[in-house]
Amino acid sequence: MASIVQFENVGLRYGTGAETLSDVSFNLPAGSFTFLTGPSGAGKTSLLKLLYLALRPSRGLIRLFSEDIVTLPRARLPAFRRRIGVVFQDFRLVPYLSAYDNVALPLRVAGVSEGEIETPVREMLEWVGLASRANARPATLSGGEQQRVAIARAVIGRPDMLVADEPTGNVDPEMAGRLLYLFEALNKLGTTVVVATHDVHLLSRIAHSQLMRLDKGRVSDPTGALRNPPRAPQGEP
Amino acid sequence: MLRLHSWHHRNGRLLPEGQFAGPMPWVIAIMMFLSVLIAAGGLGIRDAARHLSDELAGRITIQMVEADPFERARQTQAVLRRLATLPGVVHVERVDPQQLEKQLAPWLGTSFDTTDVPIPDMVDVDVASRANALSEITQAVKSVAPSARIDAHGQWLTPLNKLMNLLKWLALALVVLMAAATAFTVVLAARATLDNHRDTIDVMHLLGGTDVQIARLFQRRIALDALFGGIVGLAAAAVVLLLLVERVRGLGSELVGNIALTSATWTALILFPLGGTVLAMVTARLTILRTLGRIL
Repeated sequence: MASIVQFENVGLRYGTGAETLSDVSFNLPAGSFTFLTGPSGAGKTSLLKLLYLALRPSRGLIRLFSEDIVTLPRARLPAFRRRIGVVFQDFRLVPYLSAYDNVALPLRVAGVSEGEIETPVREMLEWVGLASRANARPATLSGGEQQRVAIARAVIGRPDMLVADEPTGNVDPEMAGRLLYLFEALNKLGTTVVVATHDVHLLSRIAHSQLMRLDKGRVSDPTGALRNPPRAPQGEP
Repeated sequence: MLRLHSWHHRNGRLLPEGQFAGPMPWVIAIMMFLSVLIAAGGLGIRDAARHLSDELAGRITIQMVEADPFERARQTQAVLRRLATLPGVVHVERVDPQQLEKQLAPWLGTSFDTTDVPIPDMVDVDVASRANALSEITQAVKSVAPSARIDAHGQWLTPLNKLMNLLKWLALALVVLMAAATAFTVVLAARATLDNHRDTIDVMHLLGGTDVQIARLFQRRIALDALFGGIVGLAAAAVVLLLLVERVRGLGSELVGNIALTSATWTALILFPLGGTVLAMVTARLTILRTLGRIL
């Protein structure tokens, strides 16, 4: 299967400090589901930032959707970003917009007409259990509700790639399972999914998912980085 | 255009509501107030200079200074006849001697004898604005009255015109400086606004928003603030100008009284807030695009 993401000897340094990521190399096939794990400070969020084009690497090669991202002109970045859905660790909802408008934002940015926006946004809010909170501003939502709005915003445009940073950190296990089911459904539709998580229970819930472990800015086992995680035990969703 | 409007309408709330908050609209109002007053002064001076020029530049006074009263009267009649037939002369008229005596009364009294103090005859001539009218009239007058003195009123205007021109250009320079100061204010305000909303901008970028889309949000808001400030400034300046015009008219001076504001001047002044809004919008757009260009 063709790689949708290709990292070769990627290094990332903030300012003049030590490298946060060093010699990171991996490929993600299109349509794959990958969990990114590792201890705090391992560089997971930095790696995700490279994936969702918030940063450029200090060295190495990154190819995304078959394009060299390192040398990609800045003017072409928006078109690439519209193909990537992002769930930020800190949600990053626009504080002056309602839950509905936050979820609708990627579609509006992409120029989708208002008539084509309402139904999918309402359905998405329904799916994440926030239909009744559509008009609420982020400040009036709980942490878990904000996280669900952030997830709805990330997936509303059916992105080619979904990048999620600790997407279930603030929700109860039942909602976590529901959200993971949403990711899996998207994945089955062809979306490549990358989820950074500390939650080891999640790893077993998605069949055919891959595991990549980061430690001190390096992929800890380059040869086995994308190995299959253990299967879910019988009885568990 | 519809799509642009729709984008604004739907995403206006990406920025906090409560426009006209912060100092920028009020700074622009002050700048606009001063700019309108200065421009009104400059345009008023220009109009007054034109009015004076129209009124005086085409007028010539001929003094018949011949001492012999009979010869003087003969020359005056000859000049009147000669000028009446000259092309370019619109009107020629001897100034009423009684009116002259009245004007001289404060210095000579009312009972002086014109044989003891010969008073020159005066002839007023209105000419069409032709470049060689003065030389033709001079030639015609000298041919029948060699001693006559010809006084073109336009010559008096030269120093006044120079002063008025200087004031006009000074007013223009001050308006340009005000516009530059307004533009700098907008640059600072735009940068501050971008700093305040950096998180929203980052999110917009990461969702695939383009610099132009983001700039539209900010430039629209800044334009509205500028329009508000401009209208407030214009309204305040208009009140001051109306009071000033009223006072100037009350002076009754022919020179200063000409400094009135025409409807064309008022129209130009009313366009100032629109000009200020366009200036603010363009400045904001350029500043924002430049700043966003430094962000990945």
